[in-house]
Amino acid sequence: MDFLNILNEIEKVDTTVYDRLNPRRAAMKDFFNVSKKVAVASVPFAIGSMFKKAYGQGTASAAIISVLNYSLAIEHFAAAFYTRGVTNADFSEAKTNAAADKAAITIIRDHEVAHVKFLQDTIKAAGGTPVTPATYDFTGKGEFATPFGNYRSFLQIAQGLEDTTLRATKGVAGELAGQSVYLTAALNIHAVEARHSAKIRLMRIAAGFSKTLQPWISLNDETDARLGEGYYAGEQNVTQNGVSVVGINNNSALDAPRASEAFDEPLLKADVTKLLADFGVIV
Amino acid sequence: MNNLKQEDKEISQKSESILNARLRRRSFLQYAGAGAAGVALMAAGCSKDKDPVGPEEPPVVPIDETVSFGTGDNAVLNYAYALEQLEAAFYTKVVTSPWAGITATEKDYLTDIQLHEIAHREVLRNALGGNAIGGLTFDFSSIDFTKRDAVLATAMAFEDLGVSAYNGAGYLFSSKDYLGLAAKIVSVEARHAAFIREAIKPNSFAEVVVSTAGMDTSRKPSEVWAIVAKYITNKINTSTLPA
Repeated sequence: MDFLNILNEIEKVDTTVYDRLNPRRAAMKDFFNVSKKVAVASVPFAIGSMFKKAYGQGTASAAIISVLNYSLAIEHFAAAFYTRGVTNADFSEAKTNAAADKAAITIIRDHEVAHVKFLQDTIKAAGGTPVTPATYDFTGKGEFATPFGNYRSFLQIAQGLEDTTLRATKGVAGELAGQSVYLTAALNIHAVEARHSAKIRLMRIAAGFSKTLQPWISLNDETDARLGEGYYAGEQNVTQNGVSVVGINNNSALDAPRASEAFDEPLLKADVTKLLADFGVIV
Repeated sequence: MNNLKQEDKEISQKSESILNARLRRRSFLQYAGAGAAGVALMAAGCSKDKDPVGPEEPPVVPIDETVSFGTGDNAVLNYAYALEQLEAAFYTKVVTSPWAGITATEKDYLTDIQLHEIAHREVLRNALGGNAIGGLTFDFSSIDFTKRDAVLATAMAFEDLGVSAYNGAGYLFSSKDYLGLAAKIVSVEARHAAFIREAIKPNSFAEVVVSTAGMDTSRKPSEVWAIVAKYITNKINTSTLPA
């Protein structure tokens, strides 16, 4: 395990990690020198206790590891899906955008692969055991006969996957409340999934696959043919913090579509489990 | 399966432009009176007639007065509220005085974004209640609103900044409800950022701001404030923000 890399990753989301771990950088160096000599198996424990000291709030709790593994289970599927997609998707259906679309899917694949690695490293560092990939059914139990050969199907699955992933993260964000490292990392990943979703929606619009779609989720997107049934259930919500956003404070231009678009809604784990089960994803 | 069939039908009408599609979407919603959405939309339409005074604006803060964010969750909410005020004011200026040659699709999407930012601003204001700061005064004199490039470059900077601000402030909330609210907002800001970036340059949806590790940017409030200060005329005391 490359724990120097883990620290580098964490430093990206928490620039003060070294100060937190030990205000004396010299002492950090000592730690690395010592740990070169200790058995590899004991390193996760050493790092876990180091983190506990640094953040002082039991950062390696079972609840946190469970949230990280939940994300990892979905990211495994996303990484596998896009890895296959870069090679097998029929980008020629995007016509003049074929090369650009392939480049976009390659960027997205690289992000998902990096998310898998980040979550695996972080879970190990926190003293947990990362979940392994499952055996996936990319047809979604036959709903998509040719998930890669049919470019429309491919982008439908991609959009559903991105939106479901980011909504799943919202559903468990509360369990990471107050965690500067874990919550911030989860939010940083979550925002990237939203960028992916917007991009895939723009690709579908450009390819002429949907004429009602926008880069944001409007109501429950029910006018748009999409992945499976119920993927956007709850997204039509226009009540935030107990107040209807439609026409809020006399802003009469705020209609129901815009009021729903302005907020992406969380999905609970039970719903995510149900939605992804057809693809063989076990969360 | 029904969806797939429905899409096949759509595909046969593929030659229509995206603009028509978007107009169709709006009119579809107008006539979908049976659904909750339609009812809500009509309610919104009615309130327009009953609303001769327009939006309820918060009292404008006098320029010589120092704005205080308050403490704890209120400080974090006011921080977000100030940023949403900035974004809403910017897009309002964009759509009320658009650059020459703006396309109907661009105007439509930018109006959507403007209304999303107003929704964020108002929901945060209501959440803060009596603890909300007043209306801030902005200085957009450095932006040439007649130039598409200048407007989109600023929009990109604001959206990327907004994403990093919410990402960096999430853990500061004590209330899980407010954290949840911020999480609902930040992904929409990220959608805006991706859309604006694609309008500037194809496939730049995650460029620069997303690391090779696939992580978006997070910024501390002090880092965000150093960037937005030049657009805000008011004096603001940010020292009470949780560190």
